[in-house]
Amino acid sequence: MSKKYESVIGLETHIELSTNTKMFCGCKLSFGEESNVHTCPVCLGHPGSLPVVNKKAIEYAIKIALAVNCKIREYTIFHRKNYFYPDQAKNYQISQYDLPLGVGGYLDVDMGDYVRRVGITRVHMEEDTGKLLHTGRTGRISESVASIVDFNRGGTPLIEIVTEPDIKSPEEAKEYLIRLRNLILYRGVSNCNMEEGSLRCDANISVKKVGEERIGTKTEIKNLNSFKFLQKGLQYEIERQTNLLESGGKVIQQTRHYDNNTNMTKVLRSKEEAHDYRYFPEPDLVPMHIESKVVDEVRCTIGELPAEKAERFEKEYNLPKYDSSFLSNDKKVARYFEDCCKLYSNAKNISNWIMGDFSALLNKEGIDINDSKIKPANLASMLKIIDGGKINSKIAKSVFEEMFKTGESPQVIIEKMGLEQISDGGLLEDIIEEIIKENPGTVKQYKNGKKKAIGFLIGRVMARTKGKANPKMVNEIMTKKLK
Amino acid sequence: MRKIERKDIEHIAKLAELDFSDGELEKFTVQLDRILDHVARISKVDTEKILPTSHVIEIKNVFRDDIVKKSIPKEDALKNAPEVSDGGFKVPKID
Repeated sequence: MSKKYESVIGLETHIELSTNTKMFCGCKLSFGEESNVHTCPVCLGHPGSLPVVNKKAIEYAIKIALAVNCKIREYTIFHRKNYFYPDQAKNYQISQYDLPLGVGGYLDVDMGDYVRRVGITRVHMEEDTGKLLHTGRTGRISESVASIVDFNRGGTPLIEIVTEPDIKSPEEAKEYLIRLRNLILYRGVSNCNMEEGSLRCDANISVKKVGEERIGTKTEIKNLNSFKFLQKGLQYEIERQTNLLESGGKVIQQTRHYDNNTNMTKVLRSKEEAHDYRYFPEPDLVPMHIESKVVDEVRCTIGELPAEKAERFEKEYNLPKYDSSFLSNDKKVARYFEDCCKLYSNAKNISNWIMGDFSALLNKEGIDINDSKIKPANLASMLKIIDGGKINSKIAKSVFEEMFKTGESPQVIIEKMGLEQISDGGLLEDIIEEIIKENPGTVKQYKNGKKKAIGFLIGRVMARTKGKANPKMVNEIMTKKLK
Repeated sequence: MRKIERKDIEHIAKLAELDFSDGELEKFTVQLDRILDHVARISKVDTEKILPTSHVIEIKNVFRDDIVKKSIPKEDALKNAPEVSDGGFKVPKID
């Protein structure tokens, strides 16, 4: 992007709540099941059916609104958003309009060198639509291309979080979304699975000359359904708009679709007057008064947040800032870490293993720490074994890998694979003498003042013992023998 | 009060996916205008001390617990489909 221009980005994020039932009826929430098996007259929009608000969904929505520091409106109502599209059966979506649940919040996004505070305009509740499956051309000459509607998803409680246009770059947008997702995962109110569509993100973006007050004409980008696509889609759009303005053209306000195959955005056929939704208060639902007492109750059920947890880890376990924030970012990792700490006292050691070898193996296998075969008790006892000098840290890596593969205890693995450290002074002396005899040249170098040569000799000892020699003892004995 | 014009009726008809003949457009313009005139009389009422109402029944906070209820059989759900295909409601493709 040319330095002459800067971008202005706002995000709209939709989150499906993980309640048992839909927003306005008792149909079960499901994913990947046979189509149209979880429907009823309410979510199919049959005349005469009446919606009733899911209490749990309100509670979850309050949790999300609080997560992004919103004020919870005491008086809030649902509106009908009217539009014709076959993904919803009623020809309107029950949503919120000018009296949304949460308003005026913010989210601080840590960018390493600086913190970007992103304003949150609103958090509102609505119902998700059904799923449209587009069928291909059915016959050779046939023009009968059709869509199939599955209403299993129709009516799922959905939360929309709208930011102010405070985001200045695709990187900030990505970090914002990662942070938002973590916060929501922490509260356990949604699984935030982007592949399954339980977290979806649209972006509004415009560019303007650096220093210019007025915001340029924006476009809306849809289908930014991974952190990577969000970043790439925005990058493409910034470039497109900048080139357009540079060459004397004008940006047209439109909705564009991000295609991750071509890494480009394409204009969606603009629906004329599509934004005239003729909102009006939903007459089938009565207003909601969310008393501050209720908000306080919900607030009490929210556990410790990532930032708070990180701060506590730093103090309680005396960990560096980096470790604390790494461990507290994912709730499951944080719990695992603390479970280990109950069994073993050197927190920094635990942290090193989790951040290092453990994370590497988990990433490679693409699994969660909870699904790993290594239980906290086994990691703790391995660390105790290292401290006790029974294995050295190099051998520990092999033990750890074996634990990861088999889930066996470190004791069993060390015995089975014969990995116990050799700390028998007599045996080590014999081996060291052999090595000294075999490498007279190196010994001479050492005696002539090239002290580094000892490293080579120790290396030979380690090789001969297959890495099992106690390195501290080898070093001591070797130094003594070479005098 | 703003006068209803023919283009307003055309706009509303389009949003509602309705096709009106010329005659109907004329007729509805006059009728809707009269309805709005009638309703506009409410603006003469002094509402200084009255809170906005979004619902005529004076109740609030009607909720249900998050308990799964039996859905209807798929065959029943699809009875109202204009056409059925692959176990779903078949509709014209919309881009």
